[in-house]
Amino acid sequence: MNLHAIWAIYVYEMKRFFRTVMESLLSPVISTSLYFVVFGAAIGSRIEQVEGVAYGAFIVPGLIMLSVMTQAISNASFGIYFPKFIGTIFELLSAPVNFLEIVIGYVGAAATKALMIGVVILITAQMFVDLDIQHPVAMIAFLVMICLSFSLFGFIIGIWAENFQQLQLIPLLVITPLVFLGGSFYSISMLPPAWQTVTLFNPVVYLISGFRWSFFGTADVAIGVSLAAIGVFFALCLAAVWLIFRTGYRIKS
Amino acid sequence: MAPIVKVDDLRKVYKGGFEALRGVSLSIEEGEILALLGPNGAGKTTLISALCGITTPTGGSASVGGHDIVTGYRAAREMIGLVPQELALEPFEKVVNTVRFSRGLFGKPHDGALIERILRQLSLWDKRNSRIRELSGGMKRRVLIAKALCHEPRVLFLDEPTAGVDVELRRDMWQVVEGLKAEGVTIILTTHYIEEAEAIADRIAVINKGEILLVENKADLIRRMGRKTLRIDLSAPVDRVPDALQDYHLELTGDGQALKYHYDTQGDGTGITRLLQALAKEGLSLRDIETRQSSLEEIFVGLVQEDAQ
Repeated sequence: MNLHAIWAIYVYEMKRFFRTVMESLLSPVISTSLYFVVFGAAIGSRIEQVEGVAYGAFIVPGLIMLSVMTQAISNASFGIYFPKFIGTIFELLSAPVNFLEIVIGYVGAAATKALMIGVVILITAQMFVDLDIQHPVAMIAFLVMICLSFSLFGFIIGIWAENFQQLQLIPLLVITPLVFLGGSFYSISMLPPAWQTVTLFNPVVYLISGFRWSFFGTADVAIGVSLAAIGVFFALCLAAVWLIFRTGYRIKS
Repeated sequence: MAPIVKVDDLRKVYKGGFEALRGVSLSIEEGEILALLGPNGAGKTTLISALCGITTPTGGSASVGGHDIVTGYRAAREMIGLVPQELALEPFEKVVNTVRFSRGLFGKPHDGALIERILRQLSLWDKRNSRIRELSGGMKRRVLIAKALCHEPRVLFLDEPTAGVDVELRRDMWQVVEGLKAEGVTIILTTHYIEEAEAIADRIAVINKGEILLVENKADLIRRMGRKTLRIDLSAPVDRVPDALQDYHLELTGDGQALKYHYDTQGDGTGITRLLQALAKEGLSLRDIETRQSSLEEIFVGLVQEDAQ
């Protein structure tokens, strides 16, 4: 294992984050505050409790998830797309590193950034609503797993993308709708039965449900199913990355 | 002694069917400087990319320091430093950080003293905290060299290092190359410029259309390539070359306005003085004279034609 290489990549990527730390952290804080003003205070005051939780608090896990997923994807996809775009990828390819080391460096850094943003949002949320996290260890574990697997997913997008438009495409066309329709702002049980069934095909439902369970102890689907879902997603992404490096797909000619 | 770089029937066919390398075989001895010459699209960069792991060869094999570049890629690549042709650098990063990154990537622990030495050697120390985008093209080239050297490679690939750089940098670079050679580093350099090969290489390999046409000691090749042409424009056209000038094997242009004389700069005498005297004796009046070195491209064409016959 080339530990120096992993550390070099990780530090290099984190430096990029800290160069623009204000911008990186400010935008999620502002957008979260806006969500609270609109959904929590304005609309939320007219919505009764959802599953025994005040609506303002109910949307916190979904809000964190929304930011964390999009940030993980955009950080990781940009992190690997940028060297491809400016040509510095040659150095990675010519270095004595294997795919796992490259992935740990890039994905580790992207996941760290997403995690930091998640924590900042959680702190911001605390200012607006009272939160009593019932399963803090599970909450952190879930958050870390989601940061890691969506960073991995972002890494794949970054390798696949051939231009900046494609880089934006998946987060915009796939992730945002899935997260919005995945119960970020409502409980699945609030939907008509037919839509409840449709929703169960949305993988994000399991992630949000599990994450929300760690906060409030209530969930749309069993916690075991949620854990399995995130595990499967992580494994699929890892397999895809392995295949990419084995075949050199879009990185090696 | 076993060669430090051994290339055996290496092939590369790109997806579109383009054959960039058609069975290249080459042995490079430790500590030598090999100049790889060839026109654009000859396969120079593909060969280097294949050896460094950037391109996957489709056939044949190669080893660096006895390590196969595929099965023993880690050990092979640890020995290699690469200065690419393109100025590929992250624009927002500081010089010293990008050099540190390279050293780490090649599995070496941080060594501030070594990085300082390399940056000073390349006149980059004052710029160490500058962002890459603030640097000139020549400075960026220096950064790429620093990145390639910072993990102490035993084999250094320089892919057209002096394309578009000023005289000062070219001189600095040659000095660095000399210093590395003194440390026993093997250097493989690609270039279009014959003067560059002449200045620093021990051996010269010529590649064209994915094939090595020759690998030869520098001195021998320069002699072969060192032909020049003297063009003599006449004030009045002539029908044919005067008999008294037959010994000079002159060539008359189609319009009869000029004579061409081919000579060898490496020879004992070029014969120009005698020729000009002979022309005066024949009563030919000159309007202009011009000399021209055979360009490398022409020599390549010559070599390729020779190769085809």
